[in-house]
Amino acid sequence: MLYKIEVKDKPGVFDAVGSGIRKDILDLGIKSVREAEFIQVYILDGDICEEELEKICSELLVDKISQEYSFNNTHNPQRKTQDEFVIEVAYNPGVMDPVEESALKGIRDLGIEEKVSVKTAKKFILKGRLTSAQLRVISEKLLYNKLIQHIVSSEIPGSLPYALTGSGYQFRLRTIELLNASDKELARLSKDGQLFLNLAEMRHIKDYFRKLGRNPTDVELETVAQTWSEHCYHKTFRGKIKYTERLTSDGKRYTVNGKRNFIINNLLKSTIMKVTKELDKPWCVSVFKDNSGVIRFDEKHNVCFKVETHNHPSALEPFGGANTGVGGVIRDPLGTGLGAKPILNTDVFCFGPPDYPFKKLPAGTLHPKRIMKGVVAGVKDYGNKMGIPTVNGAILFHERFVGNPLVYCGTVGIMPKEKSFKETHTGDLIVVVGGRTGRDGIHGATFSSGELTHESETVSSGAVQIGNPIQEKKMLDTILTARDAGLYSAITDCGAGGLSSAVGEMGAELGTEVYLDKVPLKYTGLSYTEIWISESQERMVLSVPKDKIDALIEVFSRENVEATVIGEFTDTGKLKLYYQDNLVSDLDMVFLHEGIPQITRNAIFIQPRHKEFKRSCPRDLTKSLTRIFGQYDLCSKEWVIRQYDHEVQGGSIIKPLSGIVNDGPSDAAVAQPILNSKRGLIVSCGINFRYGLIDPYWMAASCIDEALRQVIAVGGSLKEVAILDNFCWGNPDKPDRLGGLVRAALGCYDAAKGFGVPFISGKDSLNNEFTVKNKSIAIPGTLLISALAVMEDTGKSVSMYAKEAGNPVYVVGLTRPELGGSHYFGLTGLTGNSVPQVFPKTAKLNFEALSIASDKGLIRAMHDCSEGGIGVAAAEMSFSGGLGMDLFLSGVPYNVKCQMSNVKIATQKSKVSELRDDFILFSESNSRFIVEVEKKEQKEFERILKNKGVAFGLIGCVNKGKIFRVFGLDGEPCVKANIDALKSAWKEPLQW
Amino acid sequence: MARVKVCVLRTAGTNCDKETAFAFDAAGGSAELVHVNRLISSEKYLKDYTILALPGGFTYGDDLGAGKVLANELRFKLGSEIKKFVAEGKLIIGICNGFQILVKAGLLPGNDELKQTASLIINDSAKFEDRWVYLKSPGHQVTTSHVRCVWTKGFPELIYLPVAHGEGKFISEDKTTLAGLKEKGQIVFQYCDAKGALTGYPDNPNGSMANIAGICDETGRILGLMPHPERHVSAQQHPRWCREKTKRTGEGLAIFQNGVAYAKKYL
Repeated sequence: MLYKIEVKDKPGVFDAVGSGIRKDILDLGIKSVREAEFIQVYILDGDICEEELEKICSELLVDKISQEYSFNNTHNPQRKTQDEFVIEVAYNPGVMDPVEESALKGIRDLGIEEKVSVKTAKKFILKGRLTSAQLRVISEKLLYNKLIQHIVSSEIPGSLPYALTGSGYQFRLRTIELLNASDKELARLSKDGQLFLNLAEMRHIKDYFRKLGRNPTDVELETVAQTWSEHCYHKTFRGKIKYTERLTSDGKRYTVNGKRNFIINNLLKSTIMKVTKELDKPWCVSVFKDNSGVIRFDEKHNVCFKVETHNHPSALEPFGGANTGVGGVIRDPLGTGLGAKPILNTDVFCFGPPDYPFKKLPAGTLHPKRIMKGVVAGVKDYGNKMGIPTVNGAILFHERFVGNPLVYCGTVGIMPKEKSFKETHTGDLIVVVGGRTGRDGIHGATFSSGELTHESETVSSGAVQIGNPIQEKKMLDTILTARDAGLYSAITDCGAGGLSSAVGEMGAELGTEVYLDKVPLKYTGLSYTEIWISESQERMVLSVPKDKIDALIEVFSRENVEATVIGEFTDTGKLKLYYQDNLVSDLDMVFLHEGIPQITRNAIFIQPRHKEFKRSCPRDLTKSLTRIFGQYDLCSKEWVIRQYDHEVQGGSIIKPLSGIVNDGPSDAAVAQPILNSKRGLIVSCGINFRYGLIDPYWMAASCIDEALRQVIAVGGSLKEVAILDNFCWGNPDKPDRLGGLVRAALGCYDAAKGFGVPFISGKDSLNNEFTVKNKSIAIPGTLLISALAVMEDTGKSVSMYAKEAGNPVYVVGLTRPELGGSHYFGLTGLTGNSVPQVFPKTAKLNFEALSIASDKGLIRAMHDCSEGGIGVAAAEMSFSGGLGMDLFLSGVPYNVKCQMSNVKIATQKSKVSELRDDFILFSESNSRFIVEVEKKEQKEFERILKNKGVAFGLIGCVNKGKIFRVFGLDGEPCVKANIDALKSAWKEPLQW
Repeated sequence: MARVKVCVLRTAGTNCDKETAFAFDAAGGSAELVHVNRLISSEKYLKDYTILALPGGFTYGDDLGAGKVLANELRFKLGSEIKKFVAEGKLIIGICNGFQILVKAGLLPGNDELKQTASLIINDSAKFEDRWVYLKSPGHQVTTSHVRCVWTKGFPELIYLPVAHGEGKFISEDKTTLAGLKEKGQIVFQYCDAKGALTGYPDNPNGSMANIAGICDETGRILGLMPHPERHVSAQQHPRWCREKTKRTGEGLAIFQNGVAYAKKYL
């Protein structure tokens, strides 16, 4: 018997969901909806009597105080009156709503044992006059996503009925005709099969099978495609690159042996990994090997860090894409060594402008505001439910992210020192634990290795995955129990590429036998290939010695987590897969993991020449400052940050928001992972694609400088800092895209080496382009640098907001007329060319001097001087602390006018025209800080800086009033603003 | 002397269990993380503990309303053990999701038949929010004939703790229930501004009736609250500890100390 149950708020109870939807409809520019009502729908199918149904409804499905229900209200939802519309949204077949599982558990807890199935749906009633076009816009933009949901019979055409079951599957071995395929056919096979392999690779595969004298099976070809995908193999970074660069005179500084053309053999090894190797830090435990990079934390623990991207899925389905992006990166530390406990998350996003005109939106893309809201909701849902604090991040905006947003998710984990390494042994059983396998996320790895097009949402719809954070939380809890009991010898996560990637990697040196029909499925109907490559979430693969298997399964089953033996690691060097005793794959591991033909790509970097900024300096810069605060990139992200639980686990020492009313922008997060130990971790990030528009080399160096100076700003030091690189770039087959990427990697090497800071892990996401009608729009090449620093004593942390009237304020670090890519130039729509550079030798001295000063407790507040320059940084300190400031630009060390002692800096001589208030106030030169020093410690502070030969200047003091005032070089005020007004300007843009 | 045994109950989706256990240990108790399956399968017994703590999290994903599925599990699978535990005068605390569970299981505000008479529903802002709130303890003004919550003995007028939830709006079944809470001194914490005035959003982060942030039962031994005292047991967890350097411990610790002290004294 099928029952339909509807649950809604009682009259008089505020319908928060409905009211939120009404607000979103207003955002779409549709003003005629007076009211939106939300109704939760459950479809129950089973042999239950009406009495039991009543019990299920009243005891389980409704909150008796606030909600009411009705059932078997079977009439089709339809328009009731002229201005009332009903839209009902259900999940597509095969898409599992986690609520269904909880409802089934709840029904059993009520003592109802009959077989019941539950589906959920959502019903919305909109009141107000709407055209059918408007109704469609509302439905498609807000109420459902056709990749995972559909509209149940309403006035919108094309709707489907509820789908309760999947269909069956009959085994049939599929082989692919490869041996006789022409080049044209090979290319078509790759394209039609969504393999994203190039012709050279397809030919190579053909040759391999010719030697075997047979055609490949579908699952073999899929396995090769997945293993060789850019996403999994990083063939661009590991390949050969012919690089040429043409620089303008400003570009200088970087040449290799004076040459501007050279060949790079393995970009990763010759830049990023080279730094680590050369620095050879004793506290680096495991780098570039495991699922995340591992460093030492204390005598007993190591910590690890990984940052991933989930860009393409988030473009298509923002909530699900970001949701599973977080879920996926959490499994990286969990799959590192023998498993690390995740202790904090980071999230960095790049979106199109939230006010982007709807009519300019390319076909097949979602509006940036919808993407942003969905992404934030997805991150919130997964991170919060996992109980992992989201403590650090950044959000940037640019038009070129409209079709291809960037979603970076990072996780830090902690583990006992002795659990930091893994080893798979022949004879170990292959065990899959956690969630079941479904059809979700087919072709994710290969899909993310191609460009997005306006057809992606239809062609690649299977690539979207559905997250279930509670499933992952259960799995996490039990894995850590099994780890501590020593019940397995290796673990890895099932991410992109699914079992294919996880099992293939673990058994790469050995060989595997897997029985695909043993893999637990969410529903019937999956083919053996789908089982093998599905990217269903919340699964991990363990390698388990046979004598420990019973104990292991017991650990999981005690907390309702499935653990299933699906095969065994062998010593055959073969990847053997079976389905119901049929051999469906028999590939050589060596071919799979080492057979990929190395590609040689061409790369060219031609330094662009942007239009120069030619305006004269305005007398009053108050307006410019206020306008900079109103930029989306710079404005307060409080709306986002508060939706993340940033304090769960209890280790939050410097929170993402700080200030007299807890709303200022902290520079980095400080966390104390072990509650009774003062030892801490600092996490920060550097990202600025605007500098990359001028020169990716200096962008990379600036990002490293930014991440490190944030570490210093919260009271840390450079002693034990590790960094991660995440490149998001366009299509590497296009030489200009690749040229920028190479230049950025070269910048990474020089800056990291200069600072003495090793990379421990990284990831690249290429092909971030969106194609509409043969025109390809690449994202601006974007590098995220994430830093993880160990802090000896969290009690020495420093926060960013002004503390006490009368305290002196300093600028530490030299200001140069570097406004290329700055927000000040951006106000006029210009980029300029004078990109901020990095001078690691002198920068390091700044950092070291400040570390000494914060260690001695001399510093009351410190803020990283970055986007928006001194003006923005000082004003943020001022309004966050609720105290005014009086500052004098004449005190700012600017080019030659600085208190230099024993350090030489090779800068171009400043032109008189560059000695202007606006440049000093808004220059974005690197390696600078604004520091509030305890008045009585002034001398000691200055002594430390002088000893190190650091450029610094006393620029003013904190005052009791509410006025933020800056005096220009002529001694007259050039900024005079009320701090509350500045704060409002800063808060307003993203105060949704 | 034996330490007070605290059962920190966990299940799928519980996520504040470790810091809650840490807070009880720091307060002199001896906390143990116990999965609900162990109680249901009778490998462990509730009667062996003096305090039952329901920590924060998203039990079973909060799928059918926050705390609903675990509340039902407690009612239908462990109902008699819990009734006995309460009847023996032992202590229960529910924090955030734990508060939602206690309310939905009818243990708070509490009545003989464990009927649900209040609820915690989705915030008026329709979103999850993490922020620090000022809380006043109106229990201080009530006369001695009223119930005193044993968990907040000796509390100052105003304390400062973080909230982090999406479903924390307290509502009661009817006006009588609410009046009863006031009259019997069962309102333990109310959201307020820095001066103690009962104000609206964001001071009251979710739109709770009568600014209610926490209530106790008529005995004062069962406490439920949305704010997280376990997230402020040390001074450095305060968002402005860099400025307000004076306090040695966090303001949440006293709740756990009171619970442990009471349990020691009376049991």
